Amino acid sequence: MISVNNVSKYFGDFRAVNDISFVIRRGEITGLLGPNGAGKTTTLRMLTCYLPPDGGRISVGGRLVDREPLEVKRMIGYLPESAPLYGDMMVRDYLSYIGRLRGVNDDTRGLRDIAEMCGIGEVMHKNIGELSKGYRQRVGLAHAMIHDPEILILDEPTSGLDPNQIVEIRRLVKEIGKRKTVVLSTHILSEVEATCDRVIIIDHGVIVADSRTAELKSAAGGGMRLIVRAGGADSASFASGLAGVPGVKTVERLDDAEGLAAASVRGEEDVDIRPGVFAAVRDSGWALYEMTTERETLEHVFRRLTRGGDDEL
Amino acid sequence: MNYKQPLAIMKKELSGYFTTPIAYIVITVFLVVAGWFFFSTFFLYNQAELRGFFQLLPLILSFVVPAVTMRLFSEEKHSGSFEILMTLPVSARDVVLGKLLAGAAFVALMLAPTLSYAVSAALVGSLDPGPVIGGYLGALLLGLAFSAVGVFASSLTRNQIVAFIVGLLICLTLSLVDKFLFFLPAPLQSAIEYTGADFHFRNISRGIIDSRDILYFLSISAVAFIGTVRLLEERR
Repeated sequence: MISVNNVSKYFGDFRAVNDISFVIRRGEITGLLGPNGAGKTTTLRMLTCYLPPDGGRISVGGRLVDREPLEVKRMIGYLPESAPLYGDMMVRDYLSYIGRLRGVNDDTRGLRDIAEMCGIGEVMHKNIGELSKGYRQRVGLAHAMIHDPEILILDEPTSGLDPNQIVEIRRLVKEIGKRKTVVLSTHILSEVEATCDRVIIIDHGVIVADSRTAELKSAAGGGMRLIVRAGGADSASFASGLAGVPGVKTVERLDDAEGLAAASVRGEEDVDIRPGVFAAVRDSGWALYEMTTERETLEHVFRRLTRGGDDEL
Repeated sequence: MNYKQPLAIMKKELSGYFTTPIAYIVITVFLVVAGWFFFSTFFLYNQAELRGFFQLLPLILSFVVPAVTMRLFSEEKHSGSFEILMTLPVSARDVVLGKLLAGAAFVALMLAPTLSYAVSAALVGSLDPGPVIGGYLGALLLGLAFSAVGVFASSLTRNQIVAFIVGLLICLTLSLVDKFLFFLPAPLQSAIEYTGADFHFRNISRGIIDSRDILYFLSISAVAFIGTVRLLEERR
């Protein structure tokens, strides 16, 4: 559906995007993941014909962005970061304005269907400038989908929203993704896990990983990471006890709290260390208060991907 | 050529003027200033004509039109909606055309109430219709040309004040260039005079409708229009 070949983009001397290539297939939700300034927005802007690439080839639905930009723009629905919509227009007027520019028939039913899907039915007669960020983002989604595009491109669709709104937008994106090709950018790993089928990780303008979301962690390498807290143990013997468990690579002592010894334990690749850790605690006569699998943070994944080595923090 | 997209943009921009206070403020300022220049000399000349009004129109429009057009692109660039506009399947030419038409239509709407000056002059004396018709035709052409310049200035920057000042400078230069001719050697004078908006506007507002004057205003509009389209297309 979208193919990007050896594309670069310079701003003066600064290389924002450096020779990236990837393919996005029809019907996938793809997450473009990376820290701020990694080149995500620049990449999306090149896909949507806002910025011309300085080298390489981008084709969308079989059409080159520099040859047939109007055709490409017709296939895409795009929501830029923080939804810069006209604040002094009414939601209804705005959507029908965009519809008219998109050449969509100005029938009120189509408009109502989209409004309902995005949950903005009750704000249609309000000014966009008066809406909360969550509603504004939903109006932005409606605006991007008004012409029923094949491809939906969303730049940081959940940034600046509160947790409830984030869940709402993610649900909406998943719903849309059942029928469309969706590309979204984010700097939050859990967002990719929650919504995307596939993830492309980009850092300093270079792609450092490109895999299915489910395979992301194994692709990133590194084993299991546990936080363990136990009562009745002094922290030194607790740490050395855990270090003796087969499969454990490193143990890091954490600050004791509430009289419990605490440690962060990292296992070797492809080894489930949980039974071993439990047995060690039980055999030493300690009381196990907590054993949690620590979530992989973007930081961990990044460090591993960009440095290819240890990720002790 | 598809006229629907430019028309949609023009309609949106024009109604945008009237949903904010800008339109009312600009129109009021224009009518007060133009009205004062008209009536302050009207009874002194003791002639049923609009010369006092038309004489200063290029100067007044040099200030008012850039104030009208300054937001057309600068505001979009400032708020980021420019990115949405540029990723819609609308060509740069149609975007600029829509915005230019909105600016010119606003100037026409702003001039409409001054028709009452012509009516009052006709009531108190015998008004020669030639210069009035020529004057309004000239004013519309001047409005179009200055709008095109203002739209061009607006597309240069995301700052509305900068857009206003750049537009003002270009319009003022066009209006005043023939006032500085006495500095120049004679052979240059007529050539420079020909580039001034005031010179052509004076011809038309005497009631002499010459294709050269009409062509002048259309050329200024076309140059500014093409320049704006190029700027949008060349954007990195």
